[in-house]
Amino acid sequence: MKTAVVVFPGSNCDRDIYHVCRHVMRWSTEFVWHKETTLPAGTDLVILPGGFSYGDYLRSGAIARFSAIMSAVKSHADRGGAVIGVCNGFQILTESGLLPGALCRNRDLKFICAPVGLRVENAGSIVTRAYRAGERIRMPIAHADGCYQAGEETLKRLEGEGRVLFRYVDEAGEPSERGNPNGSLHNIAGVLNDRGNVAGLMPHPERCAETILGSTDGRRFFESLVK
Amino acid sequence: MKAKVYVTLKNGVLDPQGKAVEHALHSLGFSEAGEVRLGKFIEVQLSGTDRAAAAERVRQMCEQLLANTIIENYRYEIE
Repeated sequence: MKTAVVVFPGSNCDRDIYHVCRHVMRWSTEFVWHKETTLPAGTDLVILPGGFSYGDYLRSGAIARFSAIMSAVKSHADRGGAVIGVCNGFQILTESGLLPGALCRNRDLKFICAPVGLRVENAGSIVTRAYRAGERIRMPIAHADGCYQAGEETLKRLEGEGRVLFRYVDEAGEPSERGNPNGSLHNIAGVLNDRGNVAGLMPHPERCAETILGSTDGRRFFESLVK
Repeated sequence: MKAKVYVTLKNGVLDPQGKAVEHALHSLGFSEAGEVRLGKFIEVQLSGTDRAAAAERVRQMCEQLLANTIIENYRYEIE
């Protein structure tokens, strides 16, 4: 799996996810500066990492979307190549139209850094096929703009086509209001595009992919990509 | 010329900042204050003199960057 981790000014989870790809998964992994206009030859997977690209000015992800590299990322996605966005990367993917919906300020207006309960909704996607459908896992979140919003039609399509990947759940494993940290519609924590090759999520699988970090629930996110 | 652009959240999109301001107004005794919605105000200095052309360019700016039309509405004035 040849992986490209895009680095924007303000990315701050790029090294974490590089570490997981390179040293945990043992994939050939390279950083790609946002001013590049092409991806390294033979790139299979593009990762847009978490952080605060361009200081979250205007809207989270709104400026990064116009970075030079994003044309190459779009072409890669159009060719069917895998693209994943974590946290700020998810925000960039929605802003650029590669994923539906938008991510708004959290319901309680706070930056939340905490582990949350998730339920795997679709265990057949490029990033979830190493999980079991309905499985309850935990992953950390760290964001202020993670409230997933989308029009009714879009939500209906996402739900109907099984494109909700993860949902926030409470201790009982239910997608309740109490289990919803940020006010996301339908407790949505991650979604898939209609073609199935672009995925985005607010939780951070790279922060829970090794035993030393207290949880390996995120490891299968990466293992799914090569399953 | 100058464009004044107003960007607001669409009806139905959760606006927790507006809610917080609404509650603060009530606790200050402004009981007449109803729903508060927060938005953005953006000023853009423009070169050129053709107002109609400028308006069309500003509309494109809004569509492509200044507003996220999934969640936001926009309107603008050219001065």
